[in-house]
Amino acid sequence: MLELIVISTLNGILFGMLLFLMASGLTVIFSMLGVLNFAHASFYMLGAFFGFQISRWFGFWPALIIAPLLAGGLGALVERFGLRQVHKNGHVAELLFTFGLAFAIEEIVQIIWGKSPVDFRVPPLLDFPAFTIFSTNYPAFKMFMLLVSVIIFIGLLLVLKRTRIGLIVQAALTHPHMVGHLGHNVGRIFMLVFGVGTALAAVAGVIAGPALVTQSNMAGLLGPILFVVVVVGGLGSLPGAFIASLLIGLIQTFAVSMDGSLAGAFGPLSPDYAATWLSDIWNVTIAQIAPIMPYLLLVLILIFRPMGLLGTRDT
Amino acid sequence: MRKLALIASIALPMLGGTAMAQETVKIGYIDPLSGGGASVGEGGLKTFQFLAEELNAKGGILGKKVEIVPLDNKTNPQESLIQAQKAIDSGVRYLTQGNGSSVAGALTDFVTKYNERNPGKEVLYFNYAAVDPVLTNEKCSFYHFRWDASSDIKMEALTNYMKTTPSIKKVYLINQDYSFGQSVRTQARAMLKTKRADVEIVGDELHPLLKITDFAPYIAKIKASGADSVVTGNWGQDIALLLKAAADAGLKVNWYTYYAGGAGGPTAIKQTGLNHQVFQITEGFANIDHKTSADFEKTFRAKVNLSLWYPRAVNEMRMFAAAAEKAKSLEPVKVAQALEDAKFEVFNGGDGVMRKDDHQFFQPIYISSFGERTEKEPFDEENTGWGWKLAAKVDTKDTMLPTTCKMERP
Amino acid sequence: MSDATATIAPPRPAASDRLKFYGIWIATALVLLVLPKLFSSGGSLTTFSLIGISIIFSLSYNILLGQTGMLSFGHAVYYGLGGFLAIHAINIIAKNKFAIPLPLVPLVGGAAGLLFAMLLGWVSTRRSGTAFAMISLGVAELVASSALILRTFFGGEAGVSANRTKVLRLFDWSFGPQIQIYYLVAAWTLIAVIAMYALTRTPLGRMCNAVRDNPERVQFVGYDPHIIRYIAFCFSGLFAGIAGALAAINFEIANSAYLGAVQSGTVLFATYIGGVGFFIGPIVGAIFVTLLSLGLSDLTQVWQLYFGLIFIAVVMFAPGGITGLLMMHRPLLKGGTLSRVLPSYLLAFIPTLAMVTGLMLAIETIVHYTVNPNEDSHIKAFGVPFDAANPAIWAVAGVLLIGGFIIARKTWARVAASWDDALTAAREKGVAA
Repeated sequence: MLELIVISTLNGILFGMLLFLMASGLTVIFSMLGVLNFAHASFYMLGAFFGFQISRWFGFWPALIIAPLLAGGLGALVERFGLRQVHKNGHVAELLFTFGLAFAIEEIVQIIWGKSPVDFRVPPLLDFPAFTIFSTNYPAFKMFMLLVSVIIFIGLLLVLKRTRIGLIVQAALTHPHMVGHLGHNVGRIFMLVFGVGTALAAVAGVIAGPALVTQSNMAGLLGPILFVVVVVGGLGSLPGAFIASLLIGLIQTFAVSMDGSLAGAFGPLSPDYAATWLSDIWNVTIAQIAPIMPYLLLVLILIFRPMGLLGTRDT
Repeated sequence: MRKLALIASIALPMLGGTAMAQETVKIGYIDPLSGGGASVGEGGLKTFQFLAEELNAKGGILGKKVEIVPLDNKTNPQESLIQAQKAIDSGVRYLTQGNGSSVAGALTDFVTKYNERNPGKEVLYFNYAAVDPVLTNEKCSFYHFRWDASSDIKMEALTNYMKTTPSIKKVYLINQDYSFGQSVRTQARAMLKTKRADVEIVGDELHPLLKITDFAPYIAKIKASGADSVVTGNWGQDIALLLKAAADAGLKVNWYTYYAGGAGGPTAIKQTGLNHQVFQITEGFANIDHKTSADFEKTFRAKVNLSLWYPRAVNEMRMFAAAAEKAKSLEPVKVAQALEDAKFEVFNGGDGVMRKDDHQFFQPIYISSFGERTEKEPFDEENTGWGWKLAAKVDTKDTMLPTTCKMERP
Repeated sequence: MSDATATIAPPRPAASDRLKFYGIWIATALVLLVLPKLFSSGGSLTTFSLIGISIIFSLSYNILLGQTGMLSFGHAVYYGLGGFLAIHAINIIAKNKFAIPLPLVPLVGGAAGLLFAMLLGWVSTRRSGTAFAMISLGVAELVASSALILRTFFGGEAGVSANRTKVLRLFDWSFGPQIQIYYLVAAWTLIAVIAMYALTRTPLGRMCNAVRDNPERVQFVGYDPHIIRYIAFCFSGLFAGIAGALAAINFEIANSAYLGAVQSGTVLFATYIGGVGFFIGPIVGAIFVTLLSLGLSDLTQVWQLYFGLIFIAVVMFAPGGITGLLMMHRPLLKGGTLSRVLPSYLLAFIPTLAMVTGLMLAIETIVHYTVNPNEDSHIKAFGVPFDAANPAIWAVAGVLLIGGFIIARKTWARVAASWDDALTAAREKGVAA
């Protein structure tokens, strides 16, 4: 029992941190620009493929720096020449723009790198088990991932709260005209925020690429889980997203480790109901429904606490 | 204006084009060519195109050239039905499809109903990879033929192999939560019970299809159960991520899989370093000691730049040609009758037969493991340097399973 | 945006306009009757049926998005549940030999859509904006996932199938042949379109617009925006259910793909691309997107790229959708100054066409070299054969793309200028008249 709890907690934290890594960029964009960026996962994928290509040429560590810069630059261009034009037509237009972008990026990745998974490996420097608990190994690469997540979290928090740029960014979001009158270039600030957001997505891509499967459908497979993280955490709240990621990671991991079902709790259903939908509900295990729990959490949070866990304003 | 022109250019070829001139034998290939399943669908398309060229080089079927018509179904059953309808409009009488049992189920249904409603214009459906047992049991159809071994047959072969492998003592089942994964788990339980009652099933897990990014918790459960072997029907990223998580956690078990050899699978196994610990059950693989198929593999790789995933597609096309020659006709119903009980020397050598009762093809099944090669294994996979090595061969007669099919014949 | 949306519920027409108004409906009915005579192949009939279904579905979505201002990511839930209930209804009717003909089955789907909208809508419509959108997303994921868990009802991954010909026959129509299904869909499409149009002209329809534009003021005049959103949501679910039932009848199968995110995304696309500000917008969008998704994959291998680019282009350059673009010309037409902008259009059209051709040529040649490098370089895209290895083609593509872009930019600036002139002139005339 203790073994299961310890291992599940560790796994849950690791998975939660991976989620935060992926979602941190989206939090920045979604909560600051209000753009529902459906292409976020596409930038994450671009990051993974850029990382793969650059690590072939120069190795993993340069890739970890260059790939996000490239993707961030692309993101900034997208904001400057695409989203900014669309912005005046409202959020739905922005959202559809990113939808279209997601389609195009997926196909472009397929054209360049093909449809099959590419061989993106963990760098040899980190390819060893970091420690062993209850005879389960924890690879060093996962620890590295955890570290990067925490660094990004603290770094973003410091930049937003403690630096001049952070203050201007925050001011520009609520009072763009005032900030403009004070002589700051609001358009450039938005471009910067979008660029940083997409670069963060790419960081997640470079790190998740070797750990998961780097393939042209990886953006699509990620699904809307990142939106869940951002909304549950509360719009505009970085700590909220951090806690929400951990929460979702832990809930999912613990649910997987439980085999309980209604049949297990109350005994099997009488045979009369064997072929009805009731028996489906009766026999489904908690482990089976683990992956849909985040969505349940999303709906419940929005109904009972619409500002999210740590949010300051209504969604 | 531009949009009008665009709409017209899109709409016109769709609305027109009912030319029925049968100068060629058209085979509609319905599989995903875009989206998540595209890598698999594209490999299949190239295989069929290669086989069509091979037939054409020998003069085609009954003197007619074979043409593969690619139709993108985006792995969606509804889309598949639209594509099938479009194909039939353009004069296609033979459809082939493989990816996704849900698509296969919808297509059999569609073809059967279409043929009932349009007598004289029948269409045949050649299934080369959808393994749901239902298709040759409850939902069997006279117009459906399957060249892949159904998942039950594969399990029969696997359990027959396990019978002779006493080192397997504790088995863990982990499968995707949908019809195919369910049938793998139920058959594994049932067959192991009769063949190896001493084997203990220490875990039986279902997880959602293609939704898991982190398999670590599942691996933790497998580890806690003390299993020495895992049986899984997982495919796509579900097998790749499962194996990666296992390697990360240092889990030492043998993996008996259905689809570890699929697109991207070998790359993932090589990354994990699980040397000869991952087994797969197939109707053939590259490194079988058989001259003609090895030669075929060589030319195929040189031309297509892929390894041959579908020896069964070779069987399908060659048997189709043979049946048409035998019936001296390309009328689908006559070809179907000629296919029934047809015997055939399969691609990798050995006897195969298309059983009349349920239109399921029976053939030798191989169990192979993936890892470092010796000179006996000339071919590697996906440029990893590793290749498949024979572990066991299960003869055709040991794969025969009864069927519940009650076929309605025209 | 605001003067575009104002036309959703036009004021009551004058007597002379009425003739024109009913004329349009009768003409539509006639076109629907004659259409299969012109295009009789099974594929085109299937296409028409799908367009009809898509029209109902998109219009039902526009009750939410265009008329009440609610962005939903889970509209397919009601479409899919309508489809499943319809399939089960057909099976039950056939098994028990109930005296219910097939044309009435969509009512079952509609009832299902309505029921589930009533159940699931109450909490989600309490909120608007992004919160509503996110709740709809969560609900959609939950329902789509449960479809794979509740196997007995949803049939798991394979879905549930039925045979539509086994239902009671009416006038010797078996509903086996696609042509009969086409007429069934056409009739339902006409009924649903008229019903939804009528809905926009009721006081409820007007209150929906008010809730979209300014919920606070709606509260001031004594209405509860929540109730209005809820009622609109229920109507929307009803029509989505009808569309889903028709789809189920057409395919004779219902499966979890009906409920999925792709279906929800497609309807959002179709509606927005057509134009949310006009009643006819979603109809145009449904036709456009259905044709595009059916036909594009035959024309080119990389259809997703074009799909994405087309949407980006529409969102960027035609924010009111296709209909919005066309409707922009109405004041000019009325003012009689349309002829002033036409020459500049013609002038802009040529370089734009050149640019698009160049882009397509470039994409196709690049695709040839990266995706199929070993194959014959004489490729065919969009029905046009050319040699991808020919350097002249590369040069042509480059020149068309870059040259077209530079010239098109200039000509479109001219279009804008002449547009302003024409509009001013039209306004002056309007003032004078």
